[in-house]
Amino acid sequence: MNDLLTRRQVVTGMGLLGLGLLAGCDGSTTALDFKYGKDLSNKIMGRTFKLTDTSGEVKTLSSYRGLMPVVFFGFTQCPSVCPTALARAVQAKKLMGEDGKTMQVIFITVDPERDTPEILDAYVKQFDPGFVALRGTPEQTKAVAKEFGVFYEKVPIGDTYTMSHTATSFVFDSRGNLRLGLSPSLSAKQCAEDLLTVMEVC
Amino acid sequence: MTALRSCLARVLVCSLLACFSLGAAAQTKVDDAWVRTSVPGQPSSGAFMRITTDTDSKLLSVSSPVAKDVQIHEMSMTNDVMRMGPVDSVALPAGKTVSLDPDGYHVMLMGLVGQIKEGDQVPLTLTVENAKGVRETIEVKAAARSMMDSMDMGHDHGSMH
Repeated sequence: MNDLLTRRQVVTGMGLLGLGLLAGCDGSTTALDFKYGKDLSNKIMGRTFKLTDTSGEVKTLSSYRGLMPVVFFGFTQCPSVCPTALARAVQAKKLMGEDGKTMQVIFITVDPERDTPEILDAYVKQFDPGFVALRGTPEQTKAVAKEFGVFYEKVPIGDTYTMSHTATSFVFDSRGNLRLGLSPSLSAKQCAEDLLTVMEVC
Repeated sequence: MTALRSCLARVLVCSLLACFSLGAAAQTKVDDAWVRTSVPGQPSSGAFMRITTDTDSKLLSVSSPVAKDVQIHEMSMTNDVMRMGPVDSVALPAGKTVSLDPDGYHVMLMGLVGQIKEGDQVPLTLTVENAKGVRETIEVKAAARSMMDSMDMGHDHGSMH
């Protein structure tokens, strides 16, 4: 834990010495040096989605301006990777301390037919009351997945189905620039380190 | 101490006798069985456990009164894409502990008859078949754990308050 905070302090100090380094916040998206995740600074993805939250309000990326959105695609009947990714986000948020408050987890369902707003709301809130879930029509879901380069498909089993899907967490900076892709194989601590790097830029 | 030792000896003798009398009956051990809690209206959940058999066997099926349909699925991850699908059986090599966990094989409880709440004991019946085709059924009670508890929170948990 300590090494994490120390590193943050060191990097912040460096940033203050050379304010020019903070130029990322003017909207330019210079590549970032992440230790574990994938730098997506040069990718233009996921900017125009328009989906509905669990209270029926329409949300876009700019609804979360000033926060650090962490977008994850999944479905509530997912037995493994989705709950693991959301629990990891809770841990990473804790590890980041005060900085963690800027993190906004956004769960986008790839199963809008079965994930009703009620189920989605109860599902994400059991991880953290601050997490939000967004849902679109099947067409909107298809469009938003395409925009993020996310793959998903139904896997029929008997008279029902399960789903396969991309399990990357997409991280935007507070200005709405896509920055980072976190693989499901990373630990909460590794994620926290890279998330702090995103926050240092903007 | 002496009492304990004689008790142990008796257990050993009994188990040896049982072994002889039953011939090569398969022994399947199930540890750490747990089920993920569900939220109201959520139609499915997953069950996880560790299985060890003393002869080469396979897990054929699982059933439970809490779900209309129980299947064994395999999760695999390639290039960060999670793929899910049913499997016919899970190989249980002799003496090797096979984990049914969120990173691989797991039991899908589909068509839940009600919400699975923390603290519930979910009955599961496993059907295991050995190499000779002899089937064994094992009854297990799986503890329901919440979404957050089901993950190893590590020693950092709670240290940031």
